Amino acid sequence: MNLTTQHIESHLLPVLEGVSDPEIPVLSIMDMGVVREAIEIDGVVKVKITPTYSGCPAMDVIGDDIVSAFAKAGKTAKIQLVLSPAWTTDWITPRGRKALEDYGIAAPLSPEADKEALLGNKKIVKCTNCGSTETHLVSQFGSTACKALFKCDVCQEPFDYFKCLK
Amino acid sequence: MNNNLYNYIIGIADNSLILGQRLGELCGHGPSLETDIACTNISLDLFGQVRSYFQYAAQVSGDEKTTEDTLAFLRIEREYKNVLLVEQPNTDFGYTIVRQFLFDAYHLLFLRELENSKDQTLVAIAKKSVKEVSYHWRFSSDWVRRLGDGTTESHGRVQEAVTDLWMYTDELFHQTDADQAMIATGVGVNTSALKERYYQMITEVLEEATLEVPESKYWHKGGKQGIHSEHMGYILSDMQYMQRTYPNMEW
Repeated sequence: MNLTTQHIESHLLPVLEGVSDPEIPVLSIMDMGVVREAIEIDGVVKVKITPTYSGCPAMDVIGDDIVSAFAKAGKTAKIQLVLSPAWTTDWITPRGRKALEDYGIAAPLSPEADKEALLGNKKIVKCTNCGSTETHLVSQFGSTACKALFKCDVCQEPFDYFKCLK
Repeated sequence: MNNNLYNYIIGIADNSLILGQRLGELCGHGPSLETDIACTNISLDLFGQVRSYFQYAAQVSGDEKTTEDTLAFLRIEREYKNVLLVEQPNTDFGYTIVRQFLFDAYHLLFLRELENSKDQTLVAIAKKSVKEVSYHWRFSSDWVRRLGDGTTESHGRVQEAVTDLWMYTDELFHQTDADQAMIATGVGVNTSALKERYYQMITEVLEEATLEVPESKYWHKGGKQGIHSEHMGYILSDMQYMQRTYPNMEW
């Protein structure tokens, strides 16, 4: 896991943890791993965020939400969007993965397992409803760019799978 | 301003912009819900990448009035430098997939090389985009196999698209003056070196898909010089409608 690139001043953490991902409200942006740096210089909080996918429409909202969260805490925040190093699903924290699963989105598998699952070679994606791995891919693309759509063959429930990005 | 760098960025970005616009036309009109979502998701990825390129081009231009939006919405046809392939219409799903397939293979090889550019902004955009484009390639090549090795109807239609769109592939490797200047400085990708690998990549999939690889050596070109096919004006009139009708509108 490449956490060396992340630099968050600890006194800013509570505010950032209170900002949720607009597409997946149960998930904090910290658990999503999109905040790469947060430092306070001369009373101004500088936050660097990185998109999950280039076209992710949530980025503008996340930026605005961070600014207003800090405003409530009496601080001015400035947002900078950075592309490098590129976001990877490895940056989703264990707590974030659990929140995804609880919300009904299967968490990303390892790159090798992900490939097998998306090519339909192996049944390994666990249904978030009943836990069975008797599931199949319905669509390589889901409700957002970061997800694929699966369906459970046991309980018949359709669900999203968060694709591995590395 | 560094004209060559500016033109180089625009050349890369316009391919993704126009292809993204073409795919966006399928929003709500895809042949099935899954393919509809797929095409629009790919479109979204491409637009996201375009924003990064245009923001950089705007910065390089040194002109305060140039922004990502003016670059997308306020240029005239001759100022767009995309290849002819990406402006070809969504005749049917076969054409949409084959156009995507022929572009994705190039796009993937191109971005993998752009990751080694001497320009760090382009490297960052490439590293981000290459992950997305690998997935586009997986999707489009998968569909080429499925349609080619499918029913008589799907085979026939996808073969027609391959035969028809083949003449636009050579232009992907044409180099403008800006391209050559950027290659010389180690910023640009030497596309000539990718050509052989490109045709290998697509030939492998076409053969698996039981499709015939066209032998025609007649190539169409012009887009990279801003000389477009008759389709381009229609794309722009659609894409630029709001900004032309209500100048400076925002939402």
